[in-house]
Amino acid sequence: MKFFEAIGRTVLRVLEEFGHVFQMMGRVIGWTFRPPYDVPELFRQMVRVGVDSVPVVFLTTLFTGMVMALQTVNGFARFHAESLVGSVVALSLTRELSPVLCALMVTGRVGSSMAAELGSMRVTEQIDALTALGTEPIQYLMVPRIAASIVMMPLLVIMGDAVGIWGGYLVAVKLLGVNPVRYLENSFQFLHIGDDIVSGMIKAAVFGLIFSLIACVRGYYTTGGAEGVGRSTTRAVVSGSLSVLFADFFLTKLLF
Amino acid sequence: MEARRDEPVRQAESEPKLRAEDLHKSFDGRVVLDGLSFEVADGESLVIVGPSGTGKSVLLKHLIGLLKPDSGRVFVEGKDVWAISDRERNELRKEFGMSFQEGALFDSMNVYDNVAFPLRRSGRPTREIRDRVRECLDIVHLPNVEEKRPSELSGGMRRRVGFARAIAHEPDILLFDEPNTGLDPIMTDVIDEVILNMREKLNATIVTITHHMPSARKIGDRIALLYGGKIIFQAPPDEFLSSQDPSVKQFVQGSAEGPLTPEGQVAPSKRPSEGA
Repeated sequence: MKFFEAIGRTVLRVLEEFGHVFQMMGRVIGWTFRPPYDVPELFRQMVRVGVDSVPVVFLTTLFTGMVMALQTVNGFARFHAESLVGSVVALSLTRELSPVLCALMVTGRVGSSMAAELGSMRVTEQIDALTALGTEPIQYLMVPRIAASIVMMPLLVIMGDAVGIWGGYLVAVKLLGVNPVRYLENSFQFLHIGDDIVSGMIKAAVFGLIFSLIACVRGYYTTGGAEGVGRSTTRAVVSGSLSVLFADFFLTKLLF
Repeated sequence: MEARRDEPVRQAESEPKLRAEDLHKSFDGRVVLDGLSFEVADGESLVIVGPSGTGKSVLLKHLIGLLKPDSGRVFVEGKDVWAISDRERNELRKEFGMSFQEGALFDSMNVYDNVAFPLRRSGRPTREIRDRVRECLDIVHLPNVEEKRPSELSGGMRRRVGFARAIAHEPDILLFDEPNTGLDPIMTDVIDEVILNMREKLNATIVTITHHMPSARKIGDRIALLYGGKIIFQAPPDEFLSSQDPSVKQFVQGSAEGPLTPEGQVAPSKRPSEGA
C-alpha cells in the first residue's frame, strides 16, 4: 500500500508543479505587454543567454557533427552508401540534435544560474524589496529572462547547425577521404529550409521558453536559505532538461 | 509635543492611513498572526515592539501587501489591499518606503543604483536623481560608497543604504523593520533623528519595528506590544514605559521572568490580556 501511496504522492507533486509553471506562464504573458518596457535589461539577458553561450554551443555541435560523420561513414561503408553521409549529418543536426543538445547545454549553463540568482534574491528578501518599491518582480525579473531565451535559442541553433555540418564535413572529407563536392552537394540536396531548419528553430524557441520558465519559477518560489537555493538550482536543471526532452517528442510529432 | 500627538487621534476618526482588520496568518500550521487589528492615523508614528519571532516583520509585510492574510483585511488610505488589481496594488506600493532587516539591497547593482532605483522607476530627471541619492547617502552618513557593491559593505552599512533607499522617493508611508539593530549608539540616534525629520518634513505615516526602547520612546507617538499574534497593549511612550501591565513591564525591563515566554506563546495560567 505504501508503494501506491508513494506513486500517488509523486504524481500529485508533478501535477502541482505543472500547475505552478502554467499559472506563472499566464502571468508572465500578462506582464510582457504592459509598460514600462525594460529594453536595456532585455539586451543584457540576451547577451547572457545567447552571446555567452556561443562557445559551449559551438563545441557541443562541432563534436556532435564530427561524431555523426565518423559513425555514419563507417556504418554506411558497409553497404557502399558513403555519399549519403552528408545528408544524414545535415538532417539529423538541423531537425533534432542541434536544438535538443543546445537546449540541454543552455539549460545547464543559463537555467541553473537563473534559478540560483532568483533563488538567492528571494531568500535575501530582494524580491520583496522589489515588490515593496512598486516594481512587479515577474515583469522586472522574469519577462526579460524568458523573452531573451525565446529569442536567442533559435539563433544559437542556427549557428549550431552550421558548425555541426562543418564538423561533419571536416571529418568525412579531410579525415576519411569522402569526395568533398559530393559530400556538400548531398548535404544540401535533401535539406529543406522550411521543414528542417525552421522547424528546428521553432523547437529551439519552445525549449527556450520551457527551460527559462521552469528556472524562473523554481528560483522565484525558493524557500529555506542557501540550502534551498541549491535545491532550486538542481531542480531547475533536472526538470528543465527532462521537460525539454519530453516536449521534443511531442513537437517532433507535431512539426514533422 | 502634546498637540502633535493629539492630531493623529483626531484624524483617525475620519480615515486612518493604515488599518488592519482581524488578520490571521499561519505558516505550515504555525499561527503567527491571530486576529490582529490596529490602525495608524495619517502622520502618526507607531512603534511596534515584541519578542523575536512574534511576527512583527510578517505584520509589516502584510501592511504593504507582500503577504496575503489567510483571513482579515488590510486597508491603505481606505483601499482594501487585496480587493484591488495587481496594477493598482503596485501603484499603491509606490507610496510606501520600506527598509528590511538585512537591507535587502540588490546585489547586482552598486550602492548608487540601489538608492536611485525608486527614483528612476518614478521617471525623475537624471540630475535630480543624482542630487537626491547624494543627499540620502549623506543623511545616513555614508559618503563615498556610491560605486561600491553591497557585498563590499558591512552589515550596518548595508542596513543604512537600505534605509536611504526607503526614504529616497520621499514616500507618504514608511515602514522600518529594525532600522537600528546592530548599529552603534551614535548611528542609532542618527537614524532616529532621520525618522523624526521625515515625519516633520513630509508628514509621513511611520511604522517602526524596534527592540531598542530609547528609540521607541523618541520616535513613537504610540508604542504597541505584539505578542501571541495580537497587539496586547498599546499606549503613548511615557504611559507605555511606566505601565504596570505585567507583560509590558517584563518587556520594558527585559526580564526572563514573567508572562511573556521566549517561544512567543502565552503561558496558559497567566494570559497577559487578563492583566492588561
